[in-house]
Amino acid sequence: MKSTINSAMKRYKSLVVMFIILCTAGIMAFTLNKESEPKMQNAGLVVKKDSVASVKAFASVYRVLMSPRCMNCHPAGDIPLQGDDSHLHTMFPKRGAEGKGVLAMKCANCHQPENTPGLHTPPGNPNWHLPPADMKMVFEGKTARKLAIQMVDPDQNGHKNMEQLIAHADDGLVLAGWDMGEGRSKPPMSHAAFKKAWITWIKTGAYAPKK
Amino acid sequence: MTSLKINQKTYTVDADPNMPLLWVIRDIIGLTGTKYGCGVAQCGACVIHLNGEAVRSCVTKLSRAENQEITTIEGLSNDNNHPLQVAWNEANVPQCGYCHSGQIMSAAVLLKEKPKPTDQDIDDAMAGNICRCGTYPRIRKAIHLAAELQEKKGSAS
Repeated sequence: MKSTINSAMKRYKSLVVMFIILCTAGIMAFTLNKESEPKMQNAGLVVKKDSVASVKAFASVYRVLMSPRCMNCHPAGDIPLQGDDSHLHTMFPKRGAEGKGVLAMKCANCHQPENTPGLHTPPGNPNWHLPPADMKMVFEGKTARKLAIQMVDPDQNGHKNMEQLIAHADDGLVLAGWDMGEGRSKPPMSHAAFKKAWITWIKTGAYAPKK
Repeated sequence: MTSLKINQKTYTVDADPNMPLLWVIRDIIGLTGTKYGCGVAQCGACVIHLNGEAVRSCVTKLSRAENQEITTIEGLSNDNNHPLQVAWNEANVPQCGYCHSGQIMSAAVLLKEKPKPTDQDIDDAMAGNICRCGTYPRIRKAIHLAAELQEKKGSAS
């Protein structure tokens, strides 16, 4: 009787050990796989995971984000970029804590609520600014992979969850990228095409490309 | 009709709301201290204060300024005794003088926000004000001097 209980206990113990090993392996596998998947805050958004479609859509998104109309205000340094060649903004205006410039060099001192008519005049928007100093949301110099990961990380994307990210496609300053005044090129596709790719990327799982 | 508050006086002007504020100030109101330089916000000669900010009046529409507080170089002080005006005079800053209304108006915003500016602060604030005579070293000197005068004035009052 005693030996039967002992062998049952042994079997139970080995089952528990196996369970722990399997759980640990499972958690490790999930952690290792997680790298390509976004750090999501999914507020009720329906996501149908499709890594191939997602990565393909992000290729279009990336082309837009890296175009001068978007990247010029997401510089690696604290001076915005300017022009289709993305040179440093003449006069070297600085970002400032809120992204609205500093001292006598605030963005809205020159950038009006609307585009100023004529060539080489300041483009405008009521909300003209760079990302703030405590979350610079840099595009310049980022690979597609790095930018995709940054885009869905609330600690790097302005604390946006997935639904807020989708809504951001229609943000006034994002839309302004397609209407920057005379003599400036537009992003490489229409806003509608960009928005479609953006939403596709997010709704298929917001996968980051390998590179 | 558009109502404007310039140098603590109220004006009513009959002008296109799209007219640059600079034209309104110079040609309609008759305050010609503010200068036209480039017309495209590149040089800083036309800087005025709009609600305390160093705004370029050549690209600012009249409609943006309606009922807002505007200060031009003429309204910076009552009798040219703003610390910057005193310092500019003391350090003989201008050569031709054309850009200096804008230089002083930008420097006034700098001193308001940074009463003791470093050379870096001066660079950051004044980089958008161009001087074809190259009086930059004297501008820097005068801003430091004005900061001292402002401090003395503050402690005296």
